[in-house]
Amino acid sequence: MNQNLGTDTAAPAAATQAPATAQPPSGTFGGMAARSSALMNKARIAIRDLDFYYGTNKALKSISLDLPDRQVTGMIGPSGCGKSTLLRVLNRMYSLYPGQRAEGQVMLDGQNIVDPDMDLNALRAKVGMVFQKPTPFPMTIHENIAFGIRLHEKLSRAEIEERVEWALTRAALWPEVKDRLHSSAMGLSGGQQQRLCIARTIAVRPDVILFDEPTSALDPISTLKIEELIDELKQDFTIAIVTHNMQQAARCADQVAFFYLGELVEVAPAADLFTAPRQKRTQEYITGRFG
Amino acid sequence: MSATTASAAPRSSIPGRAKDQRASVALGRRRARVDAIIRILCTVATGLGLLFLVSILATLVVKGAGGISLSVFTEVTRPPGSHGGLLNPIIGSLIQVTLATLIGTPIGLLVGTYLAEYAGNSRFGHVVRFVSDVLLSAPSILIGLFVYQLLVLPFGGFSGWAGVVALAIIVIPVVVRTTEDMLRLIPNTLREAVIGLGAPKWKMIVLVCWRAAISGIITGVLLAVARVAGETAPLLFTSLGNLNWSLSLSQPMSSLPITIYSYAGSPYEDWITLAWAGALIITLGVLGLNIVARAVLRARR
Repeated sequence: MNQNLGTDTAAPAAATQAPATAQPPSGTFGGMAARSSALMNKARIAIRDLDFYYGTNKALKSISLDLPDRQVTGMIGPSGCGKSTLLRVLNRMYSLYPGQRAEGQVMLDGQNIVDPDMDLNALRAKVGMVFQKPTPFPMTIHENIAFGIRLHEKLSRAEIEERVEWALTRAALWPEVKDRLHSSAMGLSGGQQQRLCIARTIAVRPDVILFDEPTSALDPISTLKIEELIDELKQDFTIAIVTHNMQQAARCADQVAFFYLGELVEVAPAADLFTAPRQKRTQEYITGRFG
Repeated sequence: MSATTASAAPRSSIPGRAKDQRASVALGRRRARVDAIIRILCTVATGLGLLFLVSILATLVVKGAGGISLSVFTEVTRPPGSHGGLLNPIIGSLIQVTLATLIGTPIGLLVGTYLAEYAGNSRFGHVVRFVSDVLLSAPSILIGLFVYQLLVLPFGGFSGWAGVVALAIIVIPVVVRTTEDMLRLIPNTLREAVIGLGAPKWKMIVLVCWRAAISGIITGVLLAVARVAGETAPLLFTSLGNLNWSLSLSQPMSSLPITIYSYAGSPYEDWITLAWAGALIITLGVLGLNIVARAVLRARR
């Protein structure tokens, strides 16, 4: 049953897109060679000439980048390079703060995301986000998941139950919480809370999931679980992940983008970028000479 | 000489004179002395505060417990010497404090929410916050006089409603302050997480922020209840007090603080005893409310 729901989620994404040119070879987790030769899928989000300003301070300079459909894009670079800023453009989180603005094109399903007329709630249903620190809501585990579902869909109680179980299963949390769905989410461990946040995000069935340093507040075991989860989730979702951990980018990402001082220096399949960077700055960063 | 400096070469990069062991020990002793002095001062201050608190409570219990009997709760106020009780002041206080809380809490909650979630650092927000803080520290008799002008003079007499309004005006700034403070404690990442799911702002506030801040907000409301339950001055000019049994809010209404005020100042032994009993009832009532609320909050966790 869960399997059915899983493929169901992928269906609308596939329908709006031309048939994916090259499916990422699944089961090649850690298989760098296989990955570097794999073609990138068609772009789900296409960023063109994107500038971003905090007041008068220009934080992103003419960024152009494709997020390939149902693949993982890793974003790396030293602090303040603009990678998190770019992520916050993709779901218009910056619109919460007056004085922050974006110019350029970010195309998703034929719409420009940064267009002022964009329906933000609909956009955020399509582009979900998982944050650095786990952010469980002060309610039960079940309510945490159902909250997002009820925002966008009118479902019967049974359908909600089904979706909650599906989301928690996909987030690899179901076995740990199935007996305590109606106790507070604040009682979960940090790693469990982060998987709950992932479950909450996928329960809305977005097309794209943004991860903003999702493991930097977690222990190594929880980190490993989240990384495995991301690898699993890309079957159905287009994923962008900001990380300070280059090993993590190498492990999780299909393509990696290196940012420096608000510019996109280089983007390449993960294996290529880490083994044969084209730019000198990329090479210096990944070999630890600065950053 | 030169040999020793050479052997200490790696340390010579640290600027200044070499470390003086004796000065270091002396500084350590000084630190311990200052620490002891501060600790003694804090302990004495705490003891002094507790002493007054305990002596007030002890006096209240000793003098009040003697006056408490069933007839205090079943009989209305009567002339001295005729075995009256405090039924009408108790009911009057309950009605006025409850209504004032019911009116003042939603207003205070919404204003506090406006300040924390919408006003930001706007000039209007600063003005509202400042006015609310002034109101918070305004002498309550001024509020009584204000309501006297507003509701008593134009409508031809003292009334329970006027008392309710005066107390509600005292409740509002307390709730505003605690609501704003509690909402500001919520990290912005939680707000972003709600917005990131595609929730409109009002749902973020009502379904998540209020829930996250609920225990602090309830504490604020309880503080407000405790404050207005003992307020006397604003009622002197508004609900006045009533020696007869009356539940009508358009008539003058009895209340415990006013009754205590007039009974305690009287020369009659039985009235003075009733005043003590009334003071004990208010104190225990506020204490009981606090305990119940805390228990409920803990059970919810």
